[in-house]
Amino acid sequence: MPKTRGMKIGDLANPNRFLRIARVAIPLCAAASAVLLAYGFYRGFHTPAERDQGTVFRIMFVHVPSAWLALGIYSLMATAALGTLVWRHPLADVAQKAAAPIGAAFALVCLVTGAIWGRPTWGTYWEWDGRLTSMLVLFLIYLGIIALWRAFEEPLQAAKAVAILTLVGFINVPIVKYSVDWWSTLHQRASVFRLDGPTMHPAYLSPLLVCALGFSFLFAALLMAAMRNELMRRRVRTLTLFAAREAH
Amino acid sequence: MMRAFFAILRRDLALSFRAGGGAGIGVIFFLAVVMVVPFAIGPDQKLLSQIGPAILWSGALLASLLGLDRLFGADAEDGSLDLLLLAPLPLEVIAFAKALAHWLATGLPLVIAAPLFGLMLGVEGKASLALATMLFVGTPAIAFLGLIGAALAASLSRAGLLIAVLIVPFTIPVLIFGTAATEAAISGTPFGTAFKLLAALLLFSLVIGPVAAAAALRIGRGT
Repeated sequence: MPKTRGMKIGDLANPNRFLRIARVAIPLCAAASAVLLAYGFYRGFHTPAERDQGTVFRIMFVHVPSAWLALGIYSLMATAALGTLVWRHPLADVAQKAAAPIGAAFALVCLVTGAIWGRPTWGTYWEWDGRLTSMLVLFLIYLGIIALWRAFEEPLQAAKAVAILTLVGFINVPIVKYSVDWWSTLHQRASVFRLDGPTMHPAYLSPLLVCALGFSFLFAALLMAAMRNELMRRRVRTLTLFAAREAH
Repeated sequence: MMRAFFAILRRDLALSFRAGGGAGIGVIFFLAVVMVVPFAIGPDQKLLSQIGPAILWSGALLASLLGLDRLFGADAEDGSLDLLLLAPLPLEVIAFAKALAHWLATGLPLVIAAPLFGLMLGVEGKASLALATMLFVGTPAIAFLGLIGAALAASLSRAGLLIAVLIVPFTIPVLIFGTAATEAAISGTPFGTAFKLLAALLLFSLVIGPVAAAAALRIGRGT
């Protein structure tokens, strides 16, 4: 039987191969992110001001992609948790651990920009509205996951414990997504991903999508760099343990 | 199977009531929380009776998180957790029995004490009955969600605060629908929807709690 050529997802399971790919992919993703974000922000700052909000709405080009990524990264972590528990993929828990602080950062950026945006438009920094509250809960779950990672000494044991917590916490993701439809109080409803197509004006939509893509590439670069660090950290840990045993 | 289930239940109840297991400490902590709030916001009786149910709910939530680190921690220390893992009984059933015993020892006293402490906050009559009913449905949901955190941290030596940090985000829905149902029942408006959602959360946690806790325990012991 001839050997199949080309990349498969299984090939990434080999940490050495991952490190080789990451060496090329990290600068590429970082460059793509820089170009896309520069272009997206440029376009975003040259759109006409919004009728009701004036110019403050431009914070949307950071706020909305952060919100999408905060949810998207959690979904990725839940998939990685399945990868740890079900398929025992050797890189799944590395990806999960590396993604958690980045996801927490995007959730925090989303909350802070939302507060800055809310002050002039809603007249308040914070409101206990369904979407705001559930995003805050998501941020707390991120922090809990990071805390649990740090509580265990043995990485493999930590990986499985965190995977269970991540899967239980995944319930919150649809709650955040649909909270504005269920408890429609203050935050506006989805205006991009809708069954009947986006309701946002194309002049705002295209820079927003460019920014979202730019932030996604930024996440990809950060994730791979953090995964590389984590692999190195585990190697150092193993070597230190060996050295300690030898010296005994 | 039922005999083993009740044996674990009896053992855990006896441990928490007799052997200094701290079944009563939760109620004392609950009282302390209830006592702290009037000091913080001033003895305004009208304001207190307005936010009284909310104070009692948050107090009950905090008090429910209190003993969770001992739920599996004590068994992990003295080795009985290993015996429980070897037992022919499914681990999910064992986890269920332990959570039930934990709720009977720490949650149920809170439900009984809440109307009493409510009097101090101006929550009286029909309102305290409504509050006790909602807490009776809500506190077991908190206990069974807390079971997951307790199992995750079973093999850790300093788990007390970690469990609270892990579990509080998951108990927020219980708090939301519990307080919503309580407020509605007190003000005389229909509370059916919120109460049904609260009951749904209880049923959900009764299933997911033992299953997730059993998985976490197996991992913690490397089996």
